[in-house]
Amino acid sequence: MISALIHWLDERLNLEGILAPFKHKTVPTHRLSYWYFFGGITLFLFIIQVLTGILLLLYYRPGANEAFESVQYIVTRVQFGWLIRSVHAWSANLMIFTAFVHMFSVLFLKAYRKPRELTWVTGVILLVLVMGFGFSGYLLPWNTLAFFATKVGTEIAGQVPIIGKPMMIFLRGGEEVTGATLSRFFGFHVAVLPGLVTVLIAIHLFLVQRQGISVPPKLDVQWTANPSARREMKFFPNFMLREMMAWYVAMGVLGALAAIFPWNLGVKADPFVSAPAGIKPEWYFLFMFQTLKVIPSKVWFVDGEVLGVLGCSLAGLLWLLLPFFESDHPARTKGWITGLAIFALAYVIGMSVYGYLAN
Amino acid sequence: MCADHTPQPMTSRRRAIEVFLGGGLLASLASFLYPVLRFLVPPAVIDLGGDEVVAAKVAEMKPNTGKIFRFGSRPGLLILNNDGTYRALSATCTHLGCTVQYRPDLREIWCACHNGIYDLNGRNVSGPPPRPLTVFDVHLRGDEIVVNRKREA
Amino acid sequence: MATLQIKRRPFVPARPVWLAGLILLGASLSYGQAVNSCLDCHSAQPGRLEVTPEKFSQDIHAQKGLTCTSCHGGDSSSYDPDQAMSRKAGWKGKIDRKQIPQLCGSCHSNPAFIRQYNPSLRTDQLDQYHTSVHGKRLAGGDTKVAVCTDCHSVHDLRPPSDPRSTVNPVNVAKTCSRCHSDAAYMKQYGIPTDQFANYNTSVHHDAMVVRGDLSAPTCTTCHGNHGAAPPGVDKVQNVCSTCHAFQAQMYQKSTHSKAFEDRSLPGCVVCHSNHGIHMPSDAMLGTGPSGVCMRCHAPGDHCDRARVDILNNLTRLDASIKDADQSLRLAESAGMEVSEARLSQDQAKDALTKARVTIHSFQAALVNQDVETGLKIANANLKAGQDAMVERNHRRIGLGICLIAIAMMLVGLWLYIKKLES
Repeated sequence: MISALIHWLDERLNLEGILAPFKHKTVPTHRLSYWYFFGGITLFLFIIQVLTGILLLLYYRPGANEAFESVQYIVTRVQFGWLIRSVHAWSANLMIFTAFVHMFSVLFLKAYRKPRELTWVTGVILLVLVMGFGFSGYLLPWNTLAFFATKVGTEIAGQVPIIGKPMMIFLRGGEEVTGATLSRFFGFHVAVLPGLVTVLIAIHLFLVQRQGISVPPKLDVQWTANPSARREMKFFPNFMLREMMAWYVAMGVLGALAAIFPWNLGVKADPFVSAPAGIKPEWYFLFMFQTLKVIPSKVWFVDGEVLGVLGCSLAGLLWLLLPFFESDHPARTKGWITGLAIFALAYVIGMSVYGYLAN
Repeated sequence: MCADHTPQPMTSRRRAIEVFLGGGLLASLASFLYPVLRFLVPPAVIDLGGDEVVAAKVAEMKPNTGKIFRFGSRPGLLILNNDGTYRALSATCTHLGCTVQYRPDLREIWCACHNGIYDLNGRNVSGPPPRPLTVFDVHLRGDEIVVNRKREA
Repeated sequence: MATLQIKRRPFVPARPVWLAGLILLGASLSYGQAVNSCLDCHSAQPGRLEVTPEKFSQDIHAQKGLTCTSCHGGDSSSYDPDQAMSRKAGWKGKIDRKQIPQLCGSCHSNPAFIRQYNPSLRTDQLDQYHTSVHGKRLAGGDTKVAVCTDCHSVHDLRPPSDPRSTVNPVNVAKTCSRCHSDAAYMKQYGIPTDQFANYNTSVHHDAMVVRGDLSAPTCTTCHGNHGAAPPGVDKVQNVCSTCHAFQAQMYQKSTHSKAFEDRSLPGCVVCHSNHGIHMPSDAMLGTGPSGVCMRCHAPGDHCDRARVDILNNLTRLDASIKDADQSLRLAESAGMEVSEARLSQDQAKDALTKARVTIHSFQAALVNQDVETGLKIANANLKAGQDAMVERNHRRIGLGICLIAIAMMLVGLWLYIKKLES
């Protein structure tokens, strides 16, 4: 029956023409091939986010008076509402985690090199957008933790010289975090960011399809010298079936986390209550937050926080342009970019742990 | 390669794959779709949100009586006066948090804990309460008495 | 007879002009007020004669335009002590203690006069004072008792609403204790001096000073301020009933009311003490050190049995509420949503509070009624917590089924891959 359907579509759309390149797509197989799954898992988690997000949209009400209660309603009254909500929250965190893993694996496997610089650039932008998803989505349940995390986060954004204040007012929808901020974040979270991310994912995937999967440099050299040593598998159906297995595993992990460790509601936000002690942002911002905290309040004549924000922004910009720093002689730059990657990984993990443990 | 294999083992191998794959696919899709479909069906209790609640039905309120109802996470007090007007206020005493009650004999709101008294506008007129009670808006919708928080100015 | 004279003498230019200029300069520097030689000299006096402009500027009378001469008489424009403090100019010197109430009363008991400054200020303080223990003893010649200035302070007298005022509710107990906790001072009167110490351990002190609840009782709430006197053994519950109305109502209708009255026992104070009133506990119904019933009642008699009955009921409800709390806590830590039951727990706790109030009727049946109401609610909440755990288990089972389906799929995919690649 399915083949009949495919035949019907093929008569009208010439599916053979569209699908032909995919039939020839291959994936290199080697010791480190497993890292190739992480991009796909991140995509899978994004799809889960879109689906659960749409389901939540059916009941969620943005607005300082109703947001918390609507989430409470979803979690207590709607059938399996607790599940959809917890899956959405867990998948968000897992997605950011796998995005980081994917990025670092690309870095260590040196897949960012020419001709794949744009893939890296779109990828880094996607990471930033995804963290924006996390930041905007976190506020939507309108509980105390989220309220103050948003306050602190937007405050930090406001530290950037000159453009910081207007940026903060733009983000907050005013001088303070209020219901207006919630409305705005809702708009970002369900309209602006999904649109941007979808376009960027499309570009990112198109580039990957067009350029094929990269191979680590040492292996690349070996295989170029000795083409018969090249090991690869067809994407369709071999790699895809394996990818399906990975996605099923991810689904299982997600379901288990959502059922065994459901996301809690918290307490409804009250702008007039003083901030609870030890406000921290979500874990994926911890390394930046902690960096800001360890910088002394005044460095030279420059305000410490401003220096920190500018420093982080500069680091981010350089990170974005990383592939362009690698010269055309891979042997020379391999060393320092790998070193930088190790340092970056250690820094992110170390500062996150530090930030988590510090009260 | 197939020469050594009799059709029998091949079929059982195939069957195993079919069972696991087909069954697994069906079962996993069902276990994903079932919660989603149940989710889509709106629950019987329509929560009107933390801003508004049906405090009582018109029929159950007698003149010069009060009724405690749940408003969000705190109790509220609904009063039907003798002249037919409704009053709704927060029922949490501003002194130490006890739940207040309507006193038909006094035509006032009374807190049993320390003899605090509020008038029908929520103003603290006697006893320890330091602040008035929050007053809510009441309006009728069919046979329901709906209470909601006053809009922010 | 001490009378008040407000003298505003016009400045007499009998001095050389430069001296007049200097004085004008001094006057303009001293808070823009008219010349006040009293303050200028007395700000440099030692010990009890010292009154500085800074101190006097805090005084409510000074802020209303009264000065030294308003009470003490004399001539505040002169720097010559003989002139400034001359009897001819009406100077009274240090006001004799016996004269103070009359002096203050010469304005404060005059409604027409006070109306000019604060129309809602009471003017019956002097009359009340005459009825008080302090007033009566003063009239009998005892100058050790409190007069107006002892409580209200003098020269830096602040209105009671000012938190720094000695008669602001949070400070009243300390003000009274200045005499009433001084054992040596109070020796001749034969009354206890432990009231302040006891009050500081009380729940009322805790409410007032620690929680900042200004409606909590202090000395003057029960004893009166100007008409200060103990309420009297048979009037105690009237005082307590001002706030604790329900308890007083029940007590009034109970057997204890007449029994205590007949024996001249001070009502509420018998069980709850007067100054060191602690947070009551169910242990007061017990037989331990805090137990109050067995001080009078014999073990095994009808009342003792009622006591045991009441105590058991209250303990049952308390335990039931704690069990429900525990169950809900467990459910919450498992991630289940039980906020509605949590809210209902408040109602159960209210029922327990009500039951404890009903103790004052001393009828076990009435207490039991309230306990039963509370038990119903607490048990429903316990069930809610248990149901939540059952639901949690259902979720785990659901998860298990889902994971089995996923496992099946994984096996199927693996086998299929193996087959494809063999």
